[in-house]
Amino acid sequence: MTPAVSLSGVSKTFTLRRGSVVALEDIDLTIERGEFVSLIGPSGCGKSTLLRVIADLLVPTTGTVEVNEKSARKARLDQDYGFTFQQAGLLDWRTVRANVELPLELHGVDRSKRRARALELLDLVGLTDFTDHRPPQLSGGMQQRVAIARALAESPALLLMDEPFGALDEMTRERMQDELVRIAAETGAAVVFVTHSIPEAVFLSHRVVVMSPRPGRIADVIPVELGKRNADTRESPAFYAVITQVREALRGHQTTSAADRAAEIDRAKGAL
Amino acid sequence: MATAVSFRRAGAAVLPALVFGVLFAVGWQVFVRAADVSSFVLPAPSDIWRAAVDAHARILDAAWYTGLNAFVGLLIGVTAGVLLAAVATRVPVLGRTISPLVAGLAAIPIVALAPLLNNMYSPVSTLPRREVVAITAFVPVFINVRRGLSMLSPVHRELMQSFAASGTAVLRTIRIPGALPYFFTGLRLASSLAVIAAVVSEYFGGVTTGLGSRITGSVGASDYPGAWASVLGAVLLGLLFYVSVLIIERAVLGRRAAAVL
Repeated sequence: MTPAVSLSGVSKTFTLRRGSVVALEDIDLTIERGEFVSLIGPSGCGKSTLLRVIADLLVPTTGTVEVNEKSARKARLDQDYGFTFQQAGLLDWRTVRANVELPLELHGVDRSKRRARALELLDLVGLTDFTDHRPPQLSGGMQQRVAIARALAESPALLLMDEPFGALDEMTRERMQDELVRIAAETGAAVVFVTHSIPEAVFLSHRVVVMSPRPGRIADVIPVELGKRNADTRESPAFYAVITQVREALRGHQTTSAADRAAEIDRAKGAL
Repeated sequence: MATAVSFRRAGAAVLPALVFGVLFAVGWQVFVRAADVSSFVLPAPSDIWRAAVDAHARILDAAWYTGLNAFVGLLIGVTAGVLLAAVATRVPVLGRTISPLVAGLAAIPIVALAPLLNNMYSPVSTLPRREVVAITAFVPVFINVRRGLSMLSPVHRELMQSFAASGTAVLRTIRIPGALPYFFTGLRLASSLAVIAAVVSEYFGGVTTGLGSRITGSVGASDYPGAWASVLGAVLLGLLFYVSVLIIERAVLGRRAAAVL
């Protein structure tokens, strides 16, 4: 089977007024079809940049990016992926259904097909009762569900998600994670998921890609073998074992200054 | 059912202002009578009301004339404001050229402009007055629509890019609907300013059919209650314009309309 995403030798340098910043360096990564991969790392490790390079929202400075065996640009024009952001980014003046229809409308799908597809997707994300509501009437979690439905409108083989649950409260967040596991399985889409949360990454993913900052590199790739996810997964020792593994991988790549600061804090605590 | 509720709500919103207005008029009446203020300083509301009732047909005619000037000028100014704002947003070079010029235009007092424009045309022409109105109405519409059109959040920009949407599609699906509330804010300001501009532009000669001419005429004839009656006409005309825009705004934006009057 051909991979959903394949990155080789990817780097990205931003040229600013004062010098340049290397956001990504030497990224090689292959994501299989239907695979769920999380990108995790401290701020400035380039995980969002990497997601945008895959989405062809940013052009890499070097290296090649292939999505569905096509150039990233061709994949974007063909709508091979759906993208969701930390903010739902819905259009407040459109109904929930019209928001989900937006990409289909832009690509000239006719009205009745659009409508049928939107209703199907709203059923998938559990918002059948809210099709004619406006986004401001919905909670943050519901708005993200609409955004996910919208991203799935063109039945993409790949879903790119940039901290979609970052602004949600913990309980909503866990419920959304359960939903996302189900949706990913039902659609068979590969998912690249950017997050700050270690448990979230471990719960959702087949593999967790740990990144380190300045320049952004892949520090470690940790496979997660927890079988089918359910309510018990979050309580299982295996789950905590992987969390510890990811945490240690992240700690291993902390900058010296941060490590020093941590040591200092420990000393201070000792003194107290 | 829903309209009954919204009427009641509108009533509740207007009530405090209405009560205040009535108390203010009563206080004014009592003050003028008690302090024996002469009518050329400040006529009593009852005198103004009597003058307004006596001359209501002529005031209505004058309001029609001034209102037509305000309406035509407003239409021209709003159209120009919207079109130029669209051009300024679409072509950044033009935007950088136009915007400072508009800032300059905003600083021109109508008072300085009206006599000059009057001189350019025949004394019976209504054109200079409509031009004054158009220029006055143009500024708030241009500024607000320009801001509304250039508001594109990073999320929406990236979203539309991920959909491979064209610039025209972004304009149609996000920029224009997003700019509508800004447009109406500009239009509201412009509609009140249009009436003020139409009245003031009549203070500098030319045809003497409008409310502004009636005000200067009455003052010249020492008919102060009559002058105030025409001011009352101008106030009502301004309110008519403002409320009309408000109703259109509610109809177009629905729930998105600003909740405040």
